[in-house]
Amino acid sequence: MIEMRDVQKHFGALHVLKDINLSIPAGQVTIVLGPSGSGKSTLCRTINRLEPIDSGTIAVDGTVLPAEGKELAQLRADVGMVFQSFNLFAHKSILDNVTLGPIKVRRMNKAEAEKLGMSLLERVGIASQKDKLPAQLSGGQQQRVAIARALAMRPKVMLFDEPTSALDPEMVNEVLDVMTSLAREGMTMLVVTHEMGFARRAGDRVLFMADGEIVEDAPPEQFFTDPKSARAKDFLSKILTH
Amino acid sequence: MDFSFLTDPRYDFLGAFWMTIQLSFWSALGAFVLGVVLAAMRVSPVPLMRGFGTAYVNIVRNIPLTVIIIVMSQVIAGTLGLRLAVREPGVNPQGFLDSQNFRLAVLGFILYTATFVCEAVRSGINTVPPGQAEAARAIGLRFTQVLGIVILPQAIRAVIAPLGSVLIALIKNTTVASAIGVFEAAALMNLYIENEADKFPATFLAIAVGFVIITLPIGLLFGAWAKKVGVKR
Ligand SMILES: Nc1ncnc2c1ncn2[C@@H]1O[C@H](COP(=O)(O)OP(=O)(O)O)[C@@H](O)[C@H]1O
Ligand SMILES: [Mg+2]
Repeated sequence: MIEMRDVQKHFGALHVLKDINLSIPAGQVTIVLGPSGSGKSTLCRTINRLEPIDSGTIAVDGTVLPAEGKELAQLRADVGMVFQSFNLFAHKSILDNVTLGPIKVRRMNKAEAEKLGMSLLERVGIASQKDKLPAQLSGGQQQRVAIARALAMRPKVMLFDEPTSALDPEMVNEVLDVMTSLAREGMTMLVVTHEMGFARRAGDRVLFMADGEIVEDAPPEQFFTDPKSARAKDFLSKILTH
Repeated sequence: MDFSFLTDPRYDFLGAFWMTIQLSFWSALGAFVLGVVLAAMRVSPVPLMRGFGTAYVNIVRNIPLTVIIIVMSQVIAGTLGLRLAVREPGVNPQGFLDSQNFRLAVLGFILYTATFVCEAVRSGINTVPPGQAEAARAIGLRFTQVLGIVILPQAIRAVIAPLGSVLIALIKNTTVASAIGVFEAAALMNLYIENEADKFPATFLAIAVGFVIITLPIGLLFGAWAKKVGVKR
């Protein structure tokens, strides 16, 4: 579903993605772990070209992403993205946040989009808040709306960049629950997260990144119980002790 | 003070202020549209558009308004022959001149005021967190949609109060139109100064109060409006 070949990315002199080769089959839930600054967000963002790459190719469902323009916008619509800071459209109601993409990008009519939007809000448990503005919702609720907004595009892949890192602890589970049920339904997901419980429960595969490289690529149990590299051992010892 | 001139049939006090309001209305409408377009150009990824927007704003806003209005009349209409109204042969040309000068003045005000609208809107764009544009791009919106649906509506809501100041400045700036023969409030004041020199404080007061009556509510209205539509984050 996602094919990355020889992908290189620099920010000025900083080499943030070093020769990334990655193949993610449909339906797989891939957890991305790694210390801060290792390039996890950048990896996510290059997959739908929010960040351009220097060289290499990225294909989603067999189509190589073009550099810019109309076709890229269309392809982006097939890749759902959920951000750490939710990024709901602040001036639009909850329902409008979810129906905007279907109406403007998929050219769905309003009634149909609202039906779809309501069913998704229902699913993430926010239907009763549909007329509120994002600022009136808690962080956990906002993030669930953001997931519904991404799902409304009927994406082939969902990318999550630390979706629970900005949440108060008591709201983390409501978001992880939605993600777990998505994973169960067979959605292809790439999830940057430090939630080990979720990684073990829902993940099929763990990628461990350090300094712009994929250092380990293993099933979750194997990675957590028997990490191979010194950097992974060091990283795990830091996050598992608290 | 003697305010008898207010009801003197030789002077159309309300008519002159009605002209001020018409000049302001059409200029404000045009300046808003052009200003938003210029702001969009200034944040466009196309270097040529960005360059044009930047050059336009920096040149036009630094030219005195009187110069712009006189250039509209003398150069654009006079030398280059731009016609903004229809001149019918055999008919008294005053009607043509009135429409032509009014429209030239409005065009001049639009070209000038748009630079201030642009800068206000651009500062509004800076208040919109980058994540808003990213989320919009991530669902597949094109650049113009990102700007038109997500960024500009939030940017404009953030600068309603400064736009109110731009509008107030515009209303007072319309007095420059008298320089090319548009009979608005300042033209009336000049007439008072000529004919009613002895009533100077009263005529001055009448004109000043006339402007305050128009502009004061605008300031209050825009202030309340800004609070109402401001985007909460
Ligand atoms: N827009 C940018 N400009 C310059 N450097 C950046 C930018 N975004 C990220 N970086 C740098 O790239 C590196 C990788 O960042 P990121 O992908 O955000 O890491 P992670 O998500 O793993 O913490 C970091 O050193 C970060 O400072
Ligand atoms: Mg990150």
